Amino acid sequence: MKTEPTSDRRRFLLSLARGIGLSAMGALVWSAYVGVAKAAPLVLRPPGALKEEEFIKNCIKCGLCVEACPYDTLSLAKPGENIPMGTPYFTPREIPCYMCSDIPCVPVCPSGALSEPSVSRYVENHATLEINLARMGLAVIDENSCIATWGIQCDACYRACPLLGQAITIEYSKNERTGKHAFLKPVVHPDQCTGCGMCEHACVTEIAAIHILPRALAMGRVGDHYIKGWDPSDEKRLEGAKIEVTKTKLSEKSVLDTLNDAEGL
Amino acid sequence: MKHYRYLLMRRVTQLSIMALYIGANVWGWKMLQGNLSASSLFGIVPLADPYAVLQIAVTGATLGMDIIVGALIVSLFYGVIGGRAFCSWVCPVNIITDTAGWLRRKMKFSEVQKRFFLNRSLRYWILGLGLGLSAVMGVAAFELISPISMAHRGLVFGMGMGGGALAVIFLFDLLVHENGWCGYVCPLGASYALIGQFSLIRVYHDAVKCSDCRDCITVCPEKEVLHMINQSSESVVMGECTNCGRCVDVCQTDALGFSIRSQLKQSKDEE
Repeated sequence: MKTEPTSDRRRFLLSLARGIGLSAMGALVWSAYVGVAKAAPLVLRPPGALKEEEFIKNCIKCGLCVEACPYDTLSLAKPGENIPMGTPYFTPREIPCYMCSDIPCVPVCPSGALSEPSVSRYVENHATLEINLARMGLAVIDENSCIATWGIQCDACYRACPLLGQAITIEYSKNERTGKHAFLKPVVHPDQCTGCGMCEHACVTEIAAIHILPRALAMGRVGDHYIKGWDPSDEKRLEGAKIEVTKTKLSEKSVLDTLNDAEGL
Repeated sequence: MKHYRYLLMRRVTQLSIMALYIGANVWGWKMLQGNLSASSLFGIVPLADPYAVLQIAVTGATLGMDIIVGALIVSLFYGVIGGRAFCSWVCPVNIITDTAGWLRRKMKFSEVQKRFFLNRSLRYWILGLGLGLSAVMGVAAFELISPISMAHRGLVFGMGMGGGALAVIFLFDLLVHENGWCGYVCPLGASYALIGQFSLIRVYHDAVKCSDCRDCITVCPEKEVLHMINQSSESVVMGECTNCGRCVDVCQTDALGFSIRSQLKQSKDEE
């Protein structure tokens, strides 16, 4: 009887240790899978989706947006598709987003992964849904395979664009090869483009020469070092800029001193 | 027929719920839209899987109001009628694991193989691990691998390779461990077991009527909950009971039946 408390304690501690050990092993395998599974930078989300990192945190994978879509644009990622499983996405080359003005897919979202405020316009505290505010992706043109840049007349993407003349415009330039024709090249404007993919859907080439990329992949960022001095609104970015001073061995002294110091160089 | 009453009722419930979900996606029915992770009842009442919502919460995401309310409604519902009633009356995986368990009994695998070597508490470790990993990885970790959501999504929205996960569960339950998935591994079932700790609807055992045939223990997927059989008259109080009613079905002597917990306590006190 005397030894029983000790052996009970030993048994408890041992089973606890075993549980922790097995958990650690499980965590290793499980986290490796989750890490790979959530990394899908090439996926296009429904309108109003939060940034990808926040989106996959929030989305509960219920498919209510998929059911709300009248065009069957959205589908839930199936196992084996290399998209975080069960999350909604669309493939514009197959079915683009047709930009419903009442955006049925967004208000039904129960988890907040599709954010209504991000696609609402506020006039005197009254919100109305505005699909043109959606930023699902950005159309990017591969000039090599775009026949309009060859000089062949094609404006399929320009005509398909729901923001005709705004998100895609046609730029004229002289065709030096023939000397008497014009190039009519499509140009995408990222400040207008919603990423609906109707251009990609309409493109006549075998693999679309214009395709939608997630904005995080398609766009760069200038940073605070360069400002359009001729644009008063761009000057505003200076307000958030920080002064950075880079110190190197050469910049310790003043410029003149450094240049005059022949030995130091 | 009497001996399959609850089994048939469960299958009808499971299949009807499935049909409502599929109908919502295919024909636009408005009764029950979404899937078992989150749904909308009649387009008004939000429902959500409490364990999934908890995983999302620990990732640090700002939760939508609908899934908070939905998770509360579901917790309250199963908190009253028996948490793991979800497992045996709603979950589609139950049909697969029940089939595997039945085949295992028919083919007498359990007599040849070691039946139980996993620990019943494994599922609670997995439940905790799922929450921990969700917090660390910034994404609901079990929802990314859950064969239950995978199966249900597959049935409603198209299967992909999701059938493979179900086949694995079937073979695991058939060849590796009796009631292995639902009884030992599944953290979703574990979460409902915790929710249903104090639920009201319970199986009651009347030891006086018991003939000690042990049929109930043979069919029970959570045998520990029937520890009182032929020993004392009391209700099954462990949260792990799935309220499947198979024990009530197979009992020849009416020694088992559904009852309400509070009344039972009163009647016991009077005795």
